[in-house]
Amino acid sequence: MQSTAEKKQIRKVIFASSVGTLIEWYDFYIFGSLAPIIASQFFPKTNPTAALLSTLATFAAGFIVRPFGALVFGRLGDMVGRKYTFLLTLILMGGSTFAIGLVPGYDSIGFAAPLIVLLLRLVQGLALGGEYGGAATYVAEHSPAERRGYYTSWIQTTATLGLLLSLGIILITRKSLAPNDADSIKAFEDWGWRIPFWFSVVLVGMSIYIRLKMHESPLFSKLKAEGKTSKNPIKESLMHKGNLKMVLLSLFGATMGQGVVWYTGQFYAQTFLETACKVDFEQTRTILIWAIIFATPLFIFFGNLSDKIGRKWIIMAGLFLAVISYRPIYTKMLAVASTKEVVLDESKTKIERVITPANGKDHSIQTTTTVRLYQNGITEKLVHKDTLYASGLEKPESIDKLSKELPDEGYWTMVVLIFVQIVFVTMVYGPIAAFLVEIFPTKIRYTSMSLPYHLGNGVFGGMTPFIAVLLGTLYAGDVLVGLWYPIAIAVVCLVIGTIYLSNKIDPEVND
Amino acid sequence: MNTIKKYLGLVWIALAVYSYSILLKTAIERMKLVPTTDTIIQWSIFAIIFLPIAIGFVMFGWMAFKGAYDHLPASSDEVED
Repeated sequence: MQSTAEKKQIRKVIFASSVGTLIEWYDFYIFGSLAPIIASQFFPKTNPTAALLSTLATFAAGFIVRPFGALVFGRLGDMVGRKYTFLLTLILMGGSTFAIGLVPGYDSIGFAAPLIVLLLRLVQGLALGGEYGGAATYVAEHSPAERRGYYTSWIQTTATLGLLLSLGIILITRKSLAPNDADSIKAFEDWGWRIPFWFSVVLVGMSIYIRLKMHESPLFSKLKAEGKTSKNPIKESLMHKGNLKMVLLSLFGATMGQGVVWYTGQFYAQTFLETACKVDFEQTRTILIWAIIFATPLFIFFGNLSDKIGRKWIIMAGLFLAVISYRPIYTKMLAVASTKEVVLDESKTKIERVITPANGKDHSIQTTTTVRLYQNGITEKLVHKDTLYASGLEKPESIDKLSKELPDEGYWTMVVLIFVQIVFVTMVYGPIAAFLVEIFPTKIRYTSMSLPYHLGNGVFGGMTPFIAVLLGTLYAGDVLVGLWYPIAIAVVCLVIGTIYLSNKIDPEVND
Repeated sequence: MNTIKKYLGLVWIALAVYSYSILLKTAIERMKLVPTTDTIIQWSIFAIIFLPIAIGFVMFGWMAFKGAYDHLPASSDEVED
């Protein structure tokens, strides 16, 4: 049994670690959440799909460097200590996030703009690669064996809460820049999108203050005092056959499936809502926010449960449910937002035309907004732009923007459908920190657990929205084709995990 | 169970080689079909990033085939062996 003082101490450890990790996730996700705006600001606007893909590629670049961050900072954490390493990653992350908010757009400095953004994004990826392993290891090394799943599950909530915070800050900023919504949104797309990046400095400052007050992990301090720290953690992690086989097993039997389930449930779902279902920007974000709020306590529930019944079967059950449910869930999402074969309420159709002169040019832009109401309650908004010349010629612009606003019933059905996907996330992700910590020895734990974690989440998981969009362009006839990627990865991981992993909880992580 | 683990090792090796060859074939086809900078960068990234992972999967399969996963370590001493 833990004494009250011990419980108080572990709560402080969890708080200090979780706040910093949450902020790092926030920093990392505001970029992804603002992908379309960043595309228009930093990448050539000739083709919107190319611009979005470029941003997603930058996004993916942030994920791809994560395993390198895991190696660089994992090595440092195993040699110098957990506390100072994850303090350094926090500073790097905060600095690069703030700097992204300062970079002038492509229109001002040309090709230097996307290049600088890409470099800063890479620094973000490196920092994140070093952060998570440190925080999870730090908390686990303070936790008693019978509560390790429960305590580390608090760290597991931070990735989702970081996403929640990023969505919340973006929505609030988007609504607060002018007295009316239209002006506020325009200001947000012009320059206001930078505010969430600047806001990071405040959060990081607070977190650094909190973390500076923390002590080094007791297990690492003991190793260091005895002179038993690793001289070359990367070599010991990857060159020792006994350790390498566990790194590979952790990756292919757990984190690769966990990664795709995480990013499908929270990122691909968002992309799908917006691009395939055409749900409008604000509703897409609030749907995700509600689903996250309802599902987040389940990270703690499954972390706690894993202390009682083991980690393996909870993770495998999450993978199994994801595999069998994804296609029905996404089919239902399409149906909820569909206006096909639904009667249009013609009497409520509104058409509005606004002509805006283009300064210093020989033409004006005519924006036609058509708002239609369907009998299933969906409001559809189509914005079409034409270029008007003095000669009377009309040249259509390439983009028609369609968005839908769901009625209450459809909205809450979407919340439930995303919630179910996040429940799968909580099952695979809640117990994973305890699972990884228990596999590896203290002296190379930071490096060894960070690598499969970030390969699984960074490469397999982080690439999910990108690969799914790409599959959609390759096989344009099937809207759900993007789902085959996470389903295939999760199936392979499920088979490997079920057959090769052990469900035994390691009672001793001090070795 | 150990026999299943062992022979599935061969399946993982085959799957790694097959998946990566499909990826490479698609990448080359797409780059030939649409030879723009965007396409070349995207598909090159895929091909480069998934190469070490495919190699890792082959190693995993090989270790499984050689019986490395017949017994999982019960302590850190075994992991470090």
